[in-house]
Amino acid sequence: MKRTITVTINGETRSDEIEARLLLIHYLREVVGLTGAHIGCETSLCGACTVELDGKAVKSCTMFAVQANGRSLTTIEGLAKNGELHPVQEAFWNEHGLQCGFCTPGMIMASKQLLERNPNPSEGEIRHGIEGNLCRCTGYQHIVNAVRTAAERMK
Amino acid sequence: MIPHSFDYAAATSFADALEQVAAGAKPLSGGMSLIPMMKLRLAAPERVVDLGRIQGLNYIHQDQAGIHVGALATHFEVETSALLRAGCPLLSETAGWIGDVQIRNRGTIGGSVAHADPSADYPAALVALDARIVVASKRGGERTVGANDFFVDALTTAAEPDELVKEIIVPVETMGTSYQKLLQPASGFAIVGVAARIGQDGHGRLGVTGLGARPILITDATDLAALNTTEANSDIHAASAYRREMAKVYARRAIAAARARA
Repeated sequence: MKRTITVTINGETRSDEIEARLLLIHYLREVVGLTGAHIGCETSLCGACTVELDGKAVKSCTMFAVQANGRSLTTIEGLAKNGELHPVQEAFWNEHGLQCGFCTPGMIMASKQLLERNPNPSEGEIRHGIEGNLCRCTGYQHIVNAVRTAAERMK
Repeated sequence: MIPHSFDYAAATSFADALEQVAAGAKPLSGGMSLIPMMKLRLAAPERVVDLGRIQGLNYIHQDQAGIHVGALATHFEVETSALLRAGCPLLSETAGWIGDVQIRNRGTIGGSVAHADPSADYPAALVALDARIVVASKRGGERTVGANDFFVDALTTAAEPDELVKEIIVPVETMGTSYQKLLQPASGFAIVGVAARIGQDGHGRLGVTGLGARPILITDATDLAALNTTEANSDIHAASAYRREMAKVYARRAIAAARARA
């Protein structure tokens, strides 16, 4: 049975008719056309699908789109403003916080959440904050550097 | 990984949720257990009632009976609650070990205890704390079950099919506490996890998760014989003999850490 949901995505409100079983990640990628959030493991382990729901980082592969009805979502596409990268995006660029880039959208969303809750994290707190996101390329060293650089920038 | 089709309704209140559950709907809280099971088609409910829009059921407040944690409090809210950190730090510490930040943002304490995963973290703390779990139904109203009676078997609790967890009541802590966990590194679930409440004299209680089908309560922390259970879990991540040994190692660590805080 289809139903209509209304959500605000990156500041724009839209309505779509969807099935209750449609996962949020499939809604974002296939209905809305925002392919920045990735499908990695699809088992809520890898974090590549991380988006923000009402300001909280969530794994969009483990949520139904109907649960987002009436709520506000931010995806990686919503971070840059007027051509200016978000400080976390810029830090990932400058510190080479990625190699293949597959995990990067989720990694940046998780890092943004971390810095909003803890503007001055220690290395241990950074690693704890991104433990829900897997990267198979970098060994995490440059990612941790990027988060630390972003923290400095955002002060 | 596409679940079976189902009918969905968002509960408008706790009473509405009880009515829908009584009519056979499967309750969906944060979805961190149910949705993965639906994606794998291990669960295929025909009707789902979403508890996520019920207002006010994520409270954390204190009275003479203890600290009351509403069923919809997320693991993040339990982890960061100033009231719990001061009054029942074992529950906050345990919540902080669940999954990862995204999971803790969505998952709820009520959903976790109702699911009763044998590798979940909360059960260890809740039996050690002698917590009380308030369940409710449309048919019978509210009743309170002690944590050690609530967890019956793997994925099985004392709650009837038409009952929902309403709140968890934990005592205001008087002892030193610690939760120590050997985790499965991919999923973050406990291979074993030990929650300890220990006094300055070294005596106290332990709750152990991951070792058996249900949490193991040890009422005398100086006697770890119960950890030699012949019914230890065994799976691809840890054989039963390894689990038993690790339970002893983590029990000793939890006792030492808790005693240092007593």
